[in-house]
Amino acid sequence: MTADTTTATISCSGLRVATTGGREVLHGVDYAVAPGEILALVGESGSGKTTAALAALGHFRTGLGCTGGTIAFHGHTETHDDLLALPEATIRGVRGRLVSYVPQDPALSLNPLLRIDTQVSEVLVAHGYTGDVAARVREVLDDVGLPTDDTFLSRYPHQLSGGQQQRVGIAAAFANRPDVVVLDEPTTGLDVTTQDLVLDTVRDLVTRSRTAALYITHDLAVVAGLADRVAVMQGGEVVETGTVTQVLTAPEHPYTRDLIAAVPDLNRAVERENAPSGDDAGEPLLRVTGAGKRYGPKTVLDGIDLELWPGECLMLLGESGSGKTTLARGLAGLLDLDDGSLTLNGEPLATPRSYAQLRSVQYVFQSPFASLNPRRTIASSLEVPLRHLTDLDAGAREARVLDMLNQVRLDESFAHRYPGGLSGGERQRAAIARALVTAPNVLVCDEVTSALDVSVQARIIDLLATVRRELGTAMLFVTHNIALAREVADRIAVLQGGRIVEQGTVEEVLADPQHSYTRELLEHTPSMTAAR
Amino acid sequence: MSAPTTEPTTTTVSTSLIRRTFRRRQARIGAVLTLVVVAVALLGPVLGPLLTGFATDDFAGRPFQPDGVLGTDDLGRDVLTRFLAGGGPVLLYAVAATAIGIVGGAIAGMLAGYSGGRLDSIIMRGGDVLLSFPQLVLALLAVAVLGSSGWLLVLVIGVTHIPRVARVARQATLSVASQDYVLAARMYGVPRRRILATEVLPNITGPLMVELGLRLTYSIGYVASLSFLGLGVQPPAADWGLQINENRIALIVAPWGVILPVLAIAVLTVGTNMITDALAKESADTTGENS
Amino acid sequence: MSAVQMSTLTSPMARMIGRRLLLSVLVLFVVSILVFGATLLLPGDPARAILGQQATPERVAALTEQLGLDRPVWERYFSWLGGILTGDLGFSAATQGPVSELLGGRIAASGLLLVLTALISTPIALALGAWAAVRRGTRTDSVLSGSSLVLAALPEFVIGVLLVVLLATSVLQILPSVTIARPGEPVWTRPEQLVLPVLTLALVVIPYVVRMTRATLSEALDAGFVEMARLKGLPERTVLMRHAVPHTIGPVAQVFALQLAWLAGGVVVVEFLFRYPGIGEALIDAVANRDVQVVQAITLIIAAFYVLVNLAADVAGILADPRIRTSSGVDA
Repeated sequence: MTADTTTATISCSGLRVATTGGREVLHGVDYAVAPGEILALVGESGSGKTTAALAALGHFRTGLGCTGGTIAFHGHTETHDDLLALPEATIRGVRGRLVSYVPQDPALSLNPLLRIDTQVSEVLVAHGYTGDVAARVREVLDDVGLPTDDTFLSRYPHQLSGGQQQRVGIAAAFANRPDVVVLDEPTTGLDVTTQDLVLDTVRDLVTRSRTAALYITHDLAVVAGLADRVAVMQGGEVVETGTVTQVLTAPEHPYTRDLIAAVPDLNRAVERENAPSGDDAGEPLLRVTGAGKRYGPKTVLDGIDLELWPGECLMLLGESGSGKTTLARGLAGLLDLDDGSLTLNGEPLATPRSYAQLRSVQYVFQSPFASLNPRRTIASSLEVPLRHLTDLDAGAREARVLDMLNQVRLDESFAHRYPGGLSGGERQRAAIARALVTAPNVLVCDEVTSALDVSVQARIIDLLATVRRELGTAMLFVTHNIALAREVADRIAVLQGGRIVEQGTVEEVLADPQHSYTRELLEHTPSMTAAR
Repeated sequence: MSAPTTEPTTTTVSTSLIRRTFRRRQARIGAVLTLVVVAVALLGPVLGPLLTGFATDDFAGRPFQPDGVLGTDDLGRDVLTRFLAGGGPVLLYAVAATAIGIVGGAIAGMLAGYSGGRLDSIIMRGGDVLLSFPQLVLALLAVAVLGSSGWLLVLVIGVTHIPRVARVARQATLSVASQDYVLAARMYGVPRRRILATEVLPNITGPLMVELGLRLTYSIGYVASLSFLGLGVQPPAADWGLQINENRIALIVAPWGVILPVLAIAVLTVGTNMITDALAKESADTTGENS
Repeated sequence: MSAVQMSTLTSPMARMIGRRLLLSVLVLFVVSILVFGATLLLPGDPARAILGQQATPERVAALTEQLGLDRPVWERYFSWLGGILTGDLGFSAATQGPVSELLGGRIAASGLLLVLTALISTPIALALGAWAAVRRGTRTDSVLSGSSLVLAALPEFVIGVLLVVLLATSVLQILPSVTIARPGEPVWTRPEQLVLPVLTLALVVIPYVVRMTRATLSEALDAGFVEMARLKGLPERTVLMRHAVPHTIGPVAQVFALQLAWLAGGVVVVEFLFRYPGIGEALIDAVANRDVQVVQAITLIIAAFYVLVNLAADVAGILADPRIRTSSGVDA
């Protein structure tokens, strides 16, 4: 089923966009959204989804220009045959009134120098709202579940939480009761509970006001729970369109199929052999007892007890602010913990650690864009730990570096390349190779997939599984995404507010969560099987 | 392993900053302007006497007369000969002062930015004291106390560059030092000096190159200004700044003694500044690419 | 508003401003030590320097005692500092009179130069910089940016001499090339003699402020909230004036201060070039005559001005930012 272009509120056809340098980035994109419908525009970074959506407001970012296509608009009150052909003054009157936009990052798109009141009311004033502006501001803030008292209205953006900021953005977008709303990944950076609330708000507003919504996202699980129809974008083209059920359950295009396969899902059984998990006999590889860390008056970690057994993968699950990175870095020796003790193979980890201990516990950083020195070749970066932590001579170091590149499936040609010439996935492989080069027993992986696209994330997770199988390295996998649990971990430890609130095997925790926080996380995590 | 897409590869050409800078027309024009003046300064002392037939101290006629090639100066010496001979001191002193400022500033700024805490405070507050004088005024204070000497000026101008360069180097170091690759090097037990040399320095060359160009431009200006004030290069030496000072009273009757050196200094500083500006643009583009 | 003012006593903003204030005082203190210490490097006997080589040993001894040169260094420093703070700037060897007498009228003359330059160049530079930023990438922008790049490269005296060549001597002769007022006569009695010095200084600072304004405003125009404002359908005027321009207040205040500070240095060369009777010319004369107490007084005055102006800019930057203004220190 495709929204009929005659009944659609907005329909884009044959949209072509090119850079001022002449490189085409959109090669004839079509989409249409009917009143009260949510169309999800899904794609990975670089697919052109934001460019395609911004065109609905007649807006192209600096360096981009439209080279073909039309966007027809049929609203409740007005009709335009082609938004792209409108003169600048007319399209300005369309933006924010008939077609509005909810930006990706509210922290960047709210003006830090203006009060909340102004940022919502200005869109009413600019379009000559005839009613009581102040009353409408309160009404729409109430619609998105924000307070409406004077104190709140006179706040500045930095005084709001991320979820509140995003809802201010949504309120401003709905203030003029537009016919079309474009939402550009509005839940990026929000924790799952807040994301769920924001998505509910959007769904509710769209249904009530019969708005046509274009929802841009990379997250198919969100699509499953929110959208009516999906358009999948790849390399500047829409490769598949259909209802959510059609596309998610019977994808036709190979890219869509791969994308769906790559999405981690809680409810999907994953075939993987069980790693030799800790038999109760013997000694844990790494033991943490009563670990604590404070920054000033703020307690970040409080009485953490953890064990990591040889060869197992423990998922450390926590949302932003839970202290998971602090704990991971404490275990890796990147920072000193205030309380508690750490033992490796029964021996206490000294401060500073011995070379053997440094070799033994290694850490992979979240962003491969920041963890490799742009001025070093990959081989040179990999050689640093060998040079400082081992006695190997130059020849042996080189051999070891090539060996490790091979291990992470990067061929020898990468050795002499610089990170700038590598993709995110390739960089993260190199970073993992650097962590493995000293043959550690413990690998701490801190959100190693969160800076990467879904398909790349899937391949990095495959790689980590292979590494564990082939090298027997035990792994602490730090993440905010519980959906990855079945794919990577044997056991889960849930961290909230600096405390471990729940610990157990993946099966136990997912099937029968003991703590309310875990239950809440499970409940709000979007899932592919929840297609509408 | 399933592979939905080929991983997008950004093809960053890893050519050096300088090579990319000189692909800009602006930088090439700047280079031509600079090289012309440098050539005059270097070859002038040899070519001058051959061309005009006068040595720098020869009397070519009465003062401020249209004798010789382009007239005579306040002491009746040949203006063109003295102009061709007068570019050396400015260049030499400016380059030396710039070198002191850049090396000192880079070291101070990197130490302050990387170490933080007490060392940072001490270095930067010390810099604040030097920053509370205009550079020229501090140079004048030094001349008043110690007398004028070329190398004293080099030292004063160089030292007053240090806190200015250090601020830039510190800021750049701060942003590099918070990068994970520096943290990684620390985790691998790399000593501080080595981290600064191999992880930090190569990643702050962009801003440092820009500072180099900026400080060179300013140094030329300060050295020439001090000679113009009569407090730098001393008579009877041939020097552009000094020559302007000696001849400016007779601007109407004998203009070349002022116009030639003024134009030379102008072309030189404009040239170095154009290169610097191109460097700054290129350097900003590169940082944008990496983040 | 009163509640806000009550809380500012302990607010981070008040603390930040207080910290800057304290730092400035500290810096000035160290600067004064530096300036005083410089005289200790002076070879020879200051008393003899004042009295000249022909003076009898008795007179030298008497002056040594009168100036307190036989007292310990720190005692001399504090009495010197006390004198400076109470308006006694020392004794000029060259004019054989108090330094304050020498500088009184000159400070006013230099101040006039500074104020006129700032008044003329600030609006022009801000307007040109904003114009270039708004019309980024166009011909207007490249002409403005290109010419400010060229002008910014030129040392003050080069601009001054070129202006003299163009307007006062070789090409046109419509303005006086030097100050024509008689000694003691206030400079403003003949306004035409102010034109070239002010024009020179303005041409020195304008390109700098233009470039800074263009850069700051460009950055603000590239911000996400400006794109958002356009996507809200706000008129371009509102986008510019409400969303972009306020973000430039802090940086532009800094630029304004830096420009004043820069002028304090540039004034020295320009006054010398035009024989303008301000403190810059006095400084050059004093340096040439090695009249150390005058040099001390003037460098200290310029440094104090420099520090105060920068302090004002920092405070303006703090006041312009609601993120600092509204943080109570508790919920930060």
